[in-house]
Amino acid sequence: MEGFPILTVLIFVPLVGTAVISALPARFEKATVARNTAVGFSLVTLVLAAIVLIDFDTAIGSLQFVDRATWIAPSGIQWLVGVNGISIFMVALTAFLFPLCFIFLKQPEQNRRPYFALILMLQSGCLGAFLAQDLFLFFVFFEVVLVPMYFLIGRFGHARAKFASAKFFIFTMAGSALMLVGILAVALLTANKTGAPLTFDVESLAIADALSVAEARWVFLAFAIGFGVKVPLFPIHIWLPDAHTEAPTAGSIILAGVLLKLGTYGFLRFGIFLFPEAADFFAPVLMGLAVVGILYGAVVATMQKDLKRLVAYSSIAHLGFVVLGLFALNSQGISGAVLQMLNHGLSTGALFLLVGYLYERRHTRQISELEGIQKVAPIFAALFTVVMLSSIGLPGLNGFVGEFLILLGAFDAHRWFAVVATSGVILAAVYLLWAYKRVFHGPVEGENAKTPDLKWKERIGVGLFIVPIVLIGVYPRLLLNRIEPAVDNTIAHIQNVIGTEIDLTGEHESPHSEEGGEHR
Amino acid sequence: MAEALTNTVWFLPLAPLVGFLVLVFGFDKVFDSRNSQKNVPEKRIGWLASGFVITAFVFAVLQFVALLSLDGHDRAVTKTLYSWIPVGSLKVDISFLVDPLSVTMILFITGVGALIHIYAVYYMHGDKDYRRFFSYLNLFVFSMIILVMADNLLLSFLGWEGVGVCSYFLISFWFDKRENASAGSKAFITNRVGDFGFMLAIFFTFQAFGSLGWQDISHGASSATASTVSIIVLLLMLGAAGKSAQIPLQVWLPNAMAGPTPVSALIHAATMVTAGVYLLVRVSPLLEASYDWVPQVIMWIGLVTALVAALSAMAQTDIKRVLAYSTISQLGFMFVAIGAGAPVAAIFHMITHAFFKALLFLGAGSVTHAMDGEQDINKMGGLSKHLRYTTPLFLVGWLAISGVPPFSGFWSKDEILAGVYNNNRFAYVLLLLAAGVTGFYMTRLVLKVFFGKPNYTHTPHESGKGILLPLYGLAALAIVAGILNLPFSKDLLVLEHWLEPALEGGFVKHLSFGGGTQWVLGILSIIVGGLAMFLAFRIYHSNRFGSIQKVVEHQFFYKAWHIDQALTSFVGGKGNRMFQKAADFDTKVVDGTVMGVASNTKKLGGVVRLFQTGKIRSYALWVTLGAVALLVYFLIRAL
Repeated sequence: MEGFPILTVLIFVPLVGTAVISALPARFEKATVARNTAVGFSLVTLVLAAIVLIDFDTAIGSLQFVDRATWIAPSGIQWLVGVNGISIFMVALTAFLFPLCFIFLKQPEQNRRPYFALILMLQSGCLGAFLAQDLFLFFVFFEVVLVPMYFLIGRFGHARAKFASAKFFIFTMAGSALMLVGILAVALLTANKTGAPLTFDVESLAIADALSVAEARWVFLAFAIGFGVKVPLFPIHIWLPDAHTEAPTAGSIILAGVLLKLGTYGFLRFGIFLFPEAADFFAPVLMGLAVVGILYGAVVATMQKDLKRLVAYSSIAHLGFVVLGLFALNSQGISGAVLQMLNHGLSTGALFLLVGYLYERRHTRQISELEGIQKVAPIFAALFTVVMLSSIGLPGLNGFVGEFLILLGAFDAHRWFAVVATSGVILAAVYLLWAYKRVFHGPVEGENAKTPDLKWKERIGVGLFIVPIVLIGVYPRLLLNRIEPAVDNTIAHIQNVIGTEIDLTGEHESPHSEEGGEHR
Repeated sequence: MAEALTNTVWFLPLAPLVGFLVLVFGFDKVFDSRNSQKNVPEKRIGWLASGFVITAFVFAVLQFVALLSLDGHDRAVTKTLYSWIPVGSLKVDISFLVDPLSVTMILFITGVGALIHIYAVYYMHGDKDYRRFFSYLNLFVFSMIILVMADNLLLSFLGWEGVGVCSYFLISFWFDKRENASAGSKAFITNRVGDFGFMLAIFFTFQAFGSLGWQDISHGASSATASTVSIIVLLLMLGAAGKSAQIPLQVWLPNAMAGPTPVSALIHAATMVTAGVYLLVRVSPLLEASYDWVPQVIMWIGLVTALVAALSAMAQTDIKRVLAYSTISQLGFMFVAIGAGAPVAAIFHMITHAFFKALLFLGAGSVTHAMDGEQDINKMGGLSKHLRYTTPLFLVGWLAISGVPPFSGFWSKDEILAGVYNNNRFAYVLLLLAAGVTGFYMTRLVLKVFFGKPNYTHTPHESGKGILLPLYGLAALAIVAGILNLPFSKDLLVLEHWLEPALEGGFVKHLSFGGGTQWVLGILSIIVGGLAMFLAFRIYHSNRFGSIQKVVEHQFFYKAWHIDQALTSFVGGKGNRMFQKAADFDTKVVDGTVMGVASNTKKLGGVVRLFQTGKIRSYALWVTLGAVALLVYFLIRAL
């Protein structure tokens, strides 16, 4: 394997798929050629990702499989990709979700070629964003993702899809614009101050740590808004319910499973890693917003009349947990957050899949029109129950491990935030159980009585989510072993930076950094 | 030998887990010949499930034997399977603690569990969802085993939540009735309020002790600060109040009776609801290290619950609801014992209660079977003529719970009363009153169901042998379980000696009075109980004291002091409106602001009108152009 640029290949395989499908003659429109091609390319991607996962050295916390090439020489922009214990699971999740969407969801009636081409392009963008270690390259991928997602929602979505996709696009674009300014600022300022040639290499920018405290805080804020829209943080979450609800099922699964993680991953890899002091400084604000998101998302989810919208709002609460853990800035908090990114992709992805299956059967998502489905579709109900319990955070399933670590870490960092956030645990049970009761329990009459149970293929589709859901809950060490060294690396860097700044200026006297030295 | 035997501890949870998986995935069907597929042999499913629980019981006995072969203070064996959640300094293992307390719990859980499984094989006959029922039941036993065997707070929490989910599944088992479905989610959500406390307790514990292991907590308790320890105890009490239905989280248990009767007996009487008691006994050293008023709080919560629930039970008309309020009340007794520094009495009562309450519930199931599902005691009466076996069995349960010597309930309840007398005389009087009310409502129940004039027209028939057999077992236990801890001499306090090593450093207050006072207390409780039962006899058999009957069956008591009603109307009214306001806020204010800004921007005129072409390509173009312009600018400046 040595020397083979596996990550680069990984990023480009889906894009090649896009090209191939785009080149398909129109006469294949009606057949399954486009779909099979998409399945093929996404499976190759999955195999490559699996190879990376297997070859990954668990003992190393820094980047692996690094592939570097000069891209735009004068400005120091490089093709620089690499993977660590944090991004590897995001890559794995991306590689896992896409073929699932191709195989287990119905293809659209029309425009099949653009549908599959767009989704594959989306996959390339996501993989690139998780693997890029050059800030500018990251930004390119971060933007590339928007275009196919926009068309996916707008052209293949439900009734209000055009509106929802425009809203999605404008929000994220506004965030990105600020982030671009931030990216340029950090690279240029660093180059100016150190006298070294201009570079966007994340690691070297982080090590240089050249920005003054004030500059770093401003740039961090620009990043925070860019990523905050994506996560989304309260109150800039408002694009999400529309986009999630109106998107086709595949779009919802990818949006929740992968795209939102670009925000939280970005916070960790770029926001916190590049500007530890600023992250520490703004931590109470971001944790506060996260806690608001947890409670607010859950409360609003409870009152939703549309099942898919309910799941969408639950994402706001779940992602709130992730941000809470990240800004605890300690080992348990960040490890939990990374794990929870994956967990949310699995549980919410599966929920969207199930809601999609339900919609195919009943052509409605209105909770009030559904009742007693468990009677006629017991397997559907059973699988929904498992996924629901994962989302609620039942111990023994994946969600609990992440939430627990996040709350434990947050408790150590800012006790009261964690205390309030823990009450989100009650609320998660409220909205999901209440929805379950109304949809699956009760007497079954009329149209509901004709709801067919899941077919074998669909059962396998949901089952593929449930296997990791149980596995991570029972044996999370499989992941934590790989996550922790990378997290420890990040934390060591944070402590390094925060520590030196105190020595130099003596201004920043937070009780935090004192704890930092003897931190568990 | 002990080592070899304790190595088998993993078979305890494994057996019911395998049972659950076999039933869920239908592996048992493999042994079917093709023809029998049409007629699912339900008995085999039931016996399969029962077999796995009986297996677990056998392994529980082996653990007991293993501990007996060890010296008293070596009776704490930790067995680790693997490391569950290790991050940083946090190390949580999948590991079990085999000690007198956990083994005591596991013996009666798997023992009573096995009996109730066997009962259910016959009781659930003809139910379409027979398989689903037994898979839940096995999963429940598995979770319960994890809960009590876990050697740390977090693994215990896994079991704690597991039993909660099984309880939810089983309460809403007959989900096509909306009330049943609501009862299930009500139970789960109310329990979650308690879990909030439990989770916070875990965080505080980790911060204070750097570990979540029971033994680390016990050893570290004395050196931790009283304030931290007190917070932990109170938070655990919140969790315990949820699971064990103590005020103010007791509201779910009466509704939980919507589940099938074996479930009410196993989960909502004998085992799961005692988990809170177990939890607080497990952390007894924390109670010792906390402020003096903390155990008092626990005692008073238990006492108020015991009294309020007993005074609700006496007005109920549904046979299962009488027993449900009775369970809440009896659990209150156990919390009183813990708060009064008598944890052994709490465990003792937990065991005897498991026997006689399971007996009563299963007996009630036999009664409702005979009544074709009717549960209203006003529509029963005179059943003793028809139910020649169920009646005496039920009467054993009645005598045991009412505290008539020498039945088991007398001994365990008296030990609690003695413990309270030792602590607070006023509390003693109130608890004695609660004990009297217990005798009263149980006598009322027995008289209304088994004696007097029949209020039905059909001829009830006795249940079959399969249903009665477990009742015999439980009745025998309910009669003799008192010998576990007889107060006559130190040598007879078997349970106390047995639990001693597990309660080392715990909150244990030794009686400050001698055997003479104990005799007096015992006689006093017999008198009070006897009077209460006599009063019930006069009212419900001789039809005297009509005015007292009116008071007793007043709406206030029937509605359980309107606590549930008040909470429900708050949640359904104000709570609901607040939630709706938040949802409206999201669509109107947050979204409205954003979209308002957008539409106002649109009015800005010519330049912006470009965006109104409705084609997002132009948005994209403009943003991208802007970005490129910025990029170019910076690049030029840098070079």
